[in-house]
Amino acid sequence: MNLSEKAEDILEALWIATEEEGDNSAHLSTLGVGPDDEALRELDRLAYIDIKGERVYLRQEGWGEARMTVRRHRLAERLLMDVLDLKGTTGDERACEFEHLLRLGVDTKLCTLLNHPATCPHGKPIPPGECCEEARRHGETGVVALTELKAGGTGEIAYLSTTDPKKMQKLMSMGVLPGNTLQLSRTYPTFIFKVGHSEFAVDQELAREIFVRKG
Amino acid sequence: MSETQLSHGQRKIILVGNPNVGKSVLFNSLTGAYTTVSNYPGTSVEVSRGHCDIDGERYEVLDTPGMYALLPITEEERVARTILLEEDPRVVVHVLAARNIERMLPMTLQLIEAGLPVLLVVNILDEAESVGMSIDIPLLQEKLGIPVVGAALGRRRGLAEIRAAIAAFDPLLRARFAYAADLERDIARVAMLLHGDYRLDRRALALLLLQKDEEIHQRVLTVEEERREAIDNVVKDIVFERRVDLHLRISLERKRVCKGLLDGVVSQRQGQGPTLGERLSNWTMNPWTGVPLLLAVLYFGLYQFVGGFGAGTIVDLFEGRLFEEIINPWVVDLGARYLPWNWLYELLVGEYGIFTLGVRYAVAIVLPIVGTFFIAFSVIEDTGYFPRLAMLVDRLFKRIGLNGRAVIPLVLGFGCDTMATIVTRTLETVRERIIATILLALAIPCSAQLGVILGLLSEVPGSLLVWSLTLAVIFLFIGFLSARMVPGEQPMFYMEIPPLRMPQPRNVLVKTLTRMQWYFLEIFPLFILASVMLWAGKMTGALDWLVKAMSPAMLALGLPTEVSAAFIFGFFRRDFGAAGLYDLQSAGLLNPVQLTVAAVTLTLFVPCVAQFLVMFKERGGKVAAGIFVFVTLLAFSVGWGLNRLLLFTGVLS
Repeated sequence: MNLSEKAEDILEALWIATEEEGDNSAHLSTLGVGPDDEALRELDRLAYIDIKGERVYLRQEGWGEARMTVRRHRLAERLLMDVLDLKGTTGDERACEFEHLLRLGVDTKLCTLLNHPATCPHGKPIPPGECCEEARRHGETGVVALTELKAGGTGEIAYLSTTDPKKMQKLMSMGVLPGNTLQLSRTYPTFIFKVGHSEFAVDQELAREIFVRKG
Repeated sequence: MSETQLSHGQRKIILVGNPNVGKSVLFNSLTGAYTTVSNYPGTSVEVSRGHCDIDGERYEVLDTPGMYALLPITEEERVARTILLEEDPRVVVHVLAARNIERMLPMTLQLIEAGLPVLLVVNILDEAESVGMSIDIPLLQEKLGIPVVGAALGRRRGLAEIRAAIAAFDPLLRARFAYAADLERDIARVAMLLHGDYRLDRRALALLLLQKDEEIHQRVLTVEEERREAIDNVVKDIVFERRVDLHLRISLERKRVCKGLLDGVVSQRQGQGPTLGERLSNWTMNPWTGVPLLLAVLYFGLYQFVGGFGAGTIVDLFEGRLFEEIINPWVVDLGARYLPWNWLYELLVGEYGIFTLGVRYAVAIVLPIVGTFFIAFSVIEDTGYFPRLAMLVDRLFKRIGLNGRAVIPLVLGFGCDTMATIVTRTLETVRERIIATILLALAIPCSAQLGVILGLLSEVPGSLLVWSLTLAVIFLFIGFLSARMVPGEQPMFYMEIPPLRMPQPRNVLVKTLTRMQWYFLEIFPLFILASVMLWAGKMTGALDWLVKAMSPAMLALGLPTEVSAAFIFGFFRRDFGAAGLYDLQSAGLLNPVQLTVAAVTLTLFVPCVAQFLVMFKERGGKVAAGIFVFVTLLAFSVGWGLNRLLLFTGVLS
């Protein structure tokens, strides 16, 4: 059964209000709907929500579905901003449209492709799906950005995701090449790492574009 | 044969390599000339030329800016490659750091591939040995097929061998390395179409074309008239086919070839703990230990050595004893006796005389201060501390629109703002250069000024604190503001951190002397010029007029009108102004509030003439004029505000 897009948006807002902002329910105005909204009634029919006066409550039955809508939205954001490089308001708007396409296992495929990201580009947590739990059980380390590595950690450089070809060239000529081993010694105030016998300092923006396979 | 023909036919040696591998040291040892030897990537922006004689043959030696690859990214790399393309060298000496041979050898491959006559120098062997690496130089030479010399030029090891290898160089020696078959096929497809006469090998040209090298593309277009379209089509075709990973493919192929070359050449002994240098290096980069270390460096290097020893002890000796007591009375007396005309007397030994003002200030006040600063700066530079400082302040500097790299010009500004403004060239974006230029013009006092102001304010308790706080606030506030106002891309920070090294006395000496030489040649004439202009102003009455014209501004700041003379001096040389205040203070004409306000305003006020001219040259007329007006307005507004604030709060009075 597929929910309407509007209903998904309501569930999402409700989940954020109750799970992340510590409220027990959400006011109709926060959800941006009127009391006799079609989508609201749709959710009510499924017993996903309770409507008491002007406040809407998320029921146990709707909790799982709500969590998944949030997950799909934030995965969509990661895809648009990290991979397709759509940032700012355009990115946010596209993400709102895109999330509704991520049903029926598409989210799982995307999540695996993005290597099970834990947070959205705005820093909010992405609720883990089954694929994430599966990967964790198998101890898959996967490829992470340098910013995800802890100081003292090592890894093999997997790829560079910079969009600027000059920067890419510079990094490569400094020896930051796929296949080379990288040793991270410090993450603050800047990232300090060793490749071979050379030591480099890069800022957070650049560290985000160097991806390593954890060793 | 005439002189010019001789120099034209001279054989050339071109030195190339990454920044910070000892190219300049080799250049100095070959030619014996003074150039700056630098630890900081990108400092040798200008190309140095010199001569050397080997086995009775005279060579011209060129030191190129540091380059990472034959495909240029920065302006400096473009310059370096242009030299390789245009100069027709007899020998290209590629210098690399032994420790980093694995990552620098790909450039040797590119040079060989380009058909250049390459001699490889594996330098800084001592450092590699200290981390347990050993390199079999004869085996590497055999595998590479070109002459290879091992060296530790900082310790003068290997210099004779390099000279011998240059003398015995055989230009017909050529080596060849093959990439993977598919890549070679694509290279051949392009190379086949190139029929013109180029300095570079066709294979290398083809690779550069495939990597979208605009300069090479233009060259090829002009040479290959009829084949233009065919070449463009093949290149576009291949670039599209390999759109996913062409650059990466080429880099990885080179890495593979180098791995094969180094197999058996490099051996690494394992199991050594961190050396003292490495531990110290870690301390400098950890904010908890790094900031105290920085403060210690500032306190001992700048405050004690430059402020105490340079501006105190030596200035007292030169200015107080030598000039005031011995030289000046003698010269003035001499002038009074033998100079019949008053104007000439005034010009040479009068109040603003060339000798009594110009030479005295230059030699007795400015030289000791600037000299001690350059010594301290060169020692710190030679240890490799600056890149560590850069990473430490990067976050803060991002807020003011710069990145960590800008710490070098800004620190140098405490020595000489004019020199520092030239060094802002090494910053990557125009935006950073403009912001750094503004901050240098406004809030960074140069060492000459700093020395006098520190001496001046240290006699009044509290005023030094007010002065430093005001300047720090203005620095951060204006930086913060310009980060938002000046258009352009956000800075990006990446740099190599060289190992901490014990400063080499020879390097420090050469660097200090080069800077002093530059300073004296550029600045000394300006001192003379400034005293001539002041003299002319005094004789014609223009000075009095200017002083009067500025009086209202002085009154608005709550200052006696005499101070405006100091400001007018300051226009010619920043430190003239500060020294002028010093005279007023000695005469008891300023109370603590006035002294502080005058010092702050003067520090912020328009840079000296030399710096203004350099700003003009480096940033263009419009930007320079804008900065000039902005700085002047801001200096006086801050002075006015500070005066009000100090009077209102009763601090210092």
